[in-house]
Amino acid sequence: MTGVPEWVDGNDIAGATRELFAVDLTVARGRCATCGREAMVAEAHVYDRAPGIVARCASCESVLLRLVRAPDRAWLDLRGLSYLEVPIPAPVAPAAMPVVA
Amino acid sequence: MTELATPTRRPLAWRVATVAAVREESVVARTLVLDVPDWPGHIAGQHVDVRLTAPDGYTAQRSYSLASAARASAGYAVSTVEILVQRIPRGEVSPWLCDIAMVGDQFEIRGPVGGYFVWEPSRPEPVLLVAGGSGIAPLMAMIRTRKEAGSRVPFRLIYSVRDPDTLIFGEELARRARDDHGLDVTIVYTRQTPPGWRRPPGRLDAVLLAEAGWPATLAPACYVCGPTGFVETVADLLVAAGHDPAAIRTERFGPTG
Repeated sequence: MTGVPEWVDGNDIAGATRELFAVDLTVARGRCATCGREAMVAEAHVYDRAPGIVARCASCESVLLRLVRAPDRAWLDLRGLSYLEVPIPAPVAPAAMPVVA
Repeated sequence: MTELATPTRRPLAWRVATVAAVREESVVARTLVLDVPDWPGHIAGQHVDVRLTAPDGYTAQRSYSLASAARASAGYAVSTVEILVQRIPRGEVSPWLCDIAMVGDQFEIRGPVGGYFVWEPSRPEPVLLVAGGSGIAPLMAMIRTRKEAGSRVPFRLIYSVRDPDTLIFGEELARRARDDHGLDVTIVYTRQTPPGWRRPPGRLDAVLLAEAGWPATLAPACYVCGPTGFVETVADLLVAAGHDPAAIRTERFGPTG
């Protein structure tokens, strides 16, 4: 054991966040509310060996996201992010658009 | 009723995976071939969450990269996927997966997830893969997917391991380096080499990265996967060699016990 807790990439929280969001949050770009760095969630430093998940800014180590899961609910704190830009797959236009008269 | 072409966004569900086969890949790692009914398919580099449940209801969950090609490997059903598990002493999940799980056993998986550390055969640029230890798993998925898809994109793999005992996928990599046209494989031993190896043991450095990798002028896509310290070092070396930081994708492991 070293004194510094081991972290992993934001990639690690793809599954946990897909429980709450309809799209993959790890490829969303977010801005750190503390230092202003913009990066993908996948690039954050994630500490997950605890009762909850904490994602920190790769630049200033401020907390970006906290997620705690109980069997029947989840708590999500995003106040460390001033925004998230989330790619959403564009719908493929159907060959014939159904028309409602 | 016409089915809407809009991508469906169902909540991510846990599925029951059944161990269909086990392959020893090194002294410390093995492949679990899993049969997962209704598997939706995946992209090389994606991972799954694995959940084990004890008789008393206690659960432990870990993330594992998928090592199989995006389409199922020859000889296996479409619903099969493979994960690489490495033994971590005193871990909660890995000892069960490495030592106890056998054909017919079941546990839950959720996925595939992750859209960041992925490679698709439609990408045209050359690819540099750098693996440390069991970080080879998602990169192996890319190498296998390249072959399955008939891609001619040139791949170079630099794979750092401690010693010959910890080399994972050694035979398959040697075979693919010979048979998969356009795939170069360089193994780096950090502590102990096989007898007669041309390079003394030592860490991956800038010189070796320049020799066995791609020059930055070719603008390769770089994928680096391994322990946190290894990934930090390699990513820094690549940036120092002139690679665009945006073209370097990383996946760091903690000790996945």
